[in-house]
Amino acid sequence: MAKSIDVSDLDIYYGDFLAVEGVTIPIAARSVTAFIGPSGCGKSTFLRSLNRMHEVIRGARVDGKVLIDGQDLYADDMDPVNVRRLIGMVFQRPNPFPTMSIAENVLAGQRLNSKRMKKKEADDIVERSLRSAGLWNEVKDRLDRPGSGLSGGQQQRLCIARAIATQPEVLLMDEPCSALDPISTSIIEDLIHELKTDYTIVIVTHNMQQAARVSDTTAFFNLAGVGQPGRLIEHGDTSMMFSNPEDPATEAYIQGRFG
Amino acid sequence: MGCPPGTTAPSERLTIVTSTQSPERRRTTPTRPGDRIFRGTSLAAALLILATLAGVAVFLTAEGIPGILASPDEVKHGTGFVDYVAPLVFGTLLAAILALTMAVPLAIGVALFISHYAPRKLAAPLGYVIDLLAAVPSVVYGVWGISFLAPALVPLYRWLEDNLGFVPLFAGPASATGRTILTASIVLAVMVLPVITAICREIFLQTPRLHEEAALALGATRWEMARLAIFPYARSGIISASMLGLGRALGETMAVAMVLSASGVVTFNLISSTNPSTIAANIALTFNEATGLTVNALIASGLVLFVITFGVNFAARAIVDRRKDFSGAN
Amino acid sequence: MTSTLQTPRPESGASPIASSLRGRQLPRWVPPALTAAAVLLALVGVFGPVGAWLVLVGWCVAAVIPIWSLAVEGSRKAMDRLVTLLVSTAFAITLFPLGSILATVVSRGAPVLSSEFFTYSMRNIVGEGGGIYHALMGTLLITAAAAAISIPIGLFTAIYLIEYGDGTRLAGWIRFLVDVMTGIPSIVAGLFAYALFVIFFGPGVRMGVGGAVALSVLMIPVVVRSCEEMLKLVPNELREASYALGVPKWRTIVKVVLPTALAGIVTGVTLAIARVIGETAPLLVIAGLTDSVNFNLFDGRMATLPVFTYFSIIVPGVPPGPSIERAWGAALVLLIIVMLLNLAARLVSYFFSPKGER
Repeated sequence: MAKSIDVSDLDIYYGDFLAVEGVTIPIAARSVTAFIGPSGCGKSTFLRSLNRMHEVIRGARVDGKVLIDGQDLYADDMDPVNVRRLIGMVFQRPNPFPTMSIAENVLAGQRLNSKRMKKKEADDIVERSLRSAGLWNEVKDRLDRPGSGLSGGQQQRLCIARAIATQPEVLLMDEPCSALDPISTSIIEDLIHELKTDYTIVIVTHNMQQAARVSDTTAFFNLAGVGQPGRLIEHGDTSMMFSNPEDPATEAYIQGRFG
Repeated sequence: MGCPPGTTAPSERLTIVTSTQSPERRRTTPTRPGDRIFRGTSLAAALLILATLAGVAVFLTAEGIPGILASPDEVKHGTGFVDYVAPLVFGTLLAAILALTMAVPLAIGVALFISHYAPRKLAAPLGYVIDLLAAVPSVVYGVWGISFLAPALVPLYRWLEDNLGFVPLFAGPASATGRTILTASIVLAVMVLPVITAICREIFLQTPRLHEEAALALGATRWEMARLAIFPYARSGIISASMLGLGRALGETMAVAMVLSASGVVTFNLISSTNPSTIAANIALTFNEATGLTVNALIASGLVLFVITFGVNFAARAIVDRRKDFSGAN
Repeated sequence: MTSTLQTPRPESGASPIASSLRGRQLPRWVPPALTAAAVLLALVGVFGPVGAWLVLVGWCVAAVIPIWSLAVEGSRKAMDRLVTLLVSTAFAITLFPLGSILATVVSRGAPVLSSEFFTYSMRNIVGEGGGIYHALMGTLLITAAAAAISIPIGLFTAIYLIEYGDGTRLAGWIRFLVDVMTGIPSIVAGLFAYALFVIFFGPGVRMGVGGAVALSVLMIPVVVRSCEEMLKLVPNELREASYALGVPKWRTIVKVVLPTALAGIVTGVTLAIARVIGETAPLLVIAGLTDSVNFNLFDGRMATLPVFTYFSIIVPGVPPGPSIERAWGAALVLLIIVMLLNLAARLVSYFFSPKGER
């Protein structure tokens, strides 16, 4: 499990609008990579292009290569559905399926694809995933209750459990804590620390301290100007990025002078 | 055909651009058979609806043309098609417009009552009550109209004839059964009222809270707030709601067929026993006895009705859609 | 009627600002008291033995409020109160036909209902006796057939509009024309079915399935619109969550989107059925009327409740009494069916919506 990703010269378009331009970045396996930058700079768009989720929006397309384990995700014969099974995702707002119980939510990846499994196997997956997501002790007595009855932080951990239940190689997180209170946020940050021993994690965040706390590598995105595409300004070791960035724009952003 | 207002979503432009300007970049991602079948089925269903609508026009035209072309001695009514259908169109329009004159002010009042005057908690249940009116089958309206409303209105018609007889509308002689075009219009008004009310209510409730509060903050009374904030916002909505009601009134069949004692004349006299008929009622009343080219003539008159209501509904929906674009709702 | 409101007002000792803010007002108990009196008078007028003129008296009592207000509070307040009176009056006027219809149909229809009425057809019946069994069966069969045609087409069209075609020009057109289609007069739908069936079966064709086709023309747009609204309400986040788990689009629709929207879809479909089950005009044209039971949608005339009601009252025969009674009975049964469907729809949406969705 856990694979590295190599992105080379990736352009992302919405129709004829170039949203993100020329991103080249290696993402190491079993580490946490944080994307930071001002709103609208394309970091979420870029994140979604890593498991082809941006294609859900009509007219979106990319140019360039995203290699995972040497395989191009955008090769002609690649099925985006299979790509997404390989690269899981957690969203900004917790989104458990309202029609399903907690256990069914965890198993959603298997169940929705009508994968047959034995009861024992299913129970194992539920327990393992919920334990990994640090939620098992809180919900083990009410696995058959609706997932939407949990608190926001619990729901988000349920969504993480759901994402890792399919055993992906990579976990993408799009501002996973922005809808949560500080306590839930800190629980999820601890969880990210634990998960990186098994998964390659990429996280988008607006919270500088969070990036500093959870990530090994930080990448800074910025807009060249209004109507210009977003670009990757620089990336590197998180401690280096926060103490001694190369680009003045990065420094300005990290010190909170703009954006 | 041009593009109807309100169909140009931003993302649509994007698609068009991708497909025309950069065809070389179109990927051929493998689609799953399940996806292909599902997408095909849903597209087919959507196209079937278009085909049905076209089918209505085509089949009515195909079966109607012989009726339009029929010479007077080949049909039961013994006149050319235009002479046959013109009084019916007159009656249809008269009944519908009368109904609308009564229903629109009432509907606006009811909608305003539900949305802004009744206690907030009661708004939804009161809305249901009005919606129940829309649920009553038209044949029940007919039964009610013929046996309750019409006799109940006879004294009123007598009074109108005696006191307002100098107005051509009430020239009389007053019908003894009460089955006049005015009675039919009242029934129609009751039938279209919930349609208009429902739309007006929605629109009134959508009035931006900020506008309302701005008006109240200026010291406006509730009525002044309605005039300042609600009506300007809702004007096009009220117009299109009325037109949808008009479409409904034009096409309503049974209530008119049962209530109206029609003789197919052209008159503005609303309370006498000789009344104009409407297209829909005329079809309902004569279709079962009709044979040969008379059937075709009836279908042709149905085509005329279809064209009129289609036009009215088309215009109404176009106004609604344009409003959607500018209101910034959603 | 005594006033229970004796709010003590600090008239004296108020600061100058407060007194300039306090305009002259009607005593607080006046509007509610007069309104209550007016409503009471109107109710007595409608239901009581005195006569309908009491309603007018009641209205005049209520009309005192704006006039009094004009004298005490000035024209702006008075105008506001007048409008309040007018919109309330509009609502009361609207309640009248609803109440009147329910009252007449129930009072005249209820005595007719009996086990014979529900279990006998009109075969070989002259004068008294007979029932609506054949019409009831016809209505259920034709409506069921119409639903069987309309629900798949309507649902799949809604799926196309929301999940596949959203934002495309074709979807824009279809959405628009579906809206326009909701306005097709029911008699035109009947003529369409007739014109269609004439091609295959020759002039004078009458067939139950034709009625189902005609009703479908009326029902499909309603189903499309309500399903579309419900699918629109399904948060996009759920679709994305499903895609991100590597679920293909069609499975996402079948297993995530549709179950989430199910309660709303059932409600919408039930309301659509309620709308067409009472349609008369199209069935009059294409299904006709017969006195006997006919279970075959593809074989000849088929009686339905609305058409049976219509003919029973328009062409009652001799003596007219029993036939007209049967018309009231059938109208009541039809009304009950429609109201039950409406009630069922509301209950479904109330009890089966996903909990905690928003």
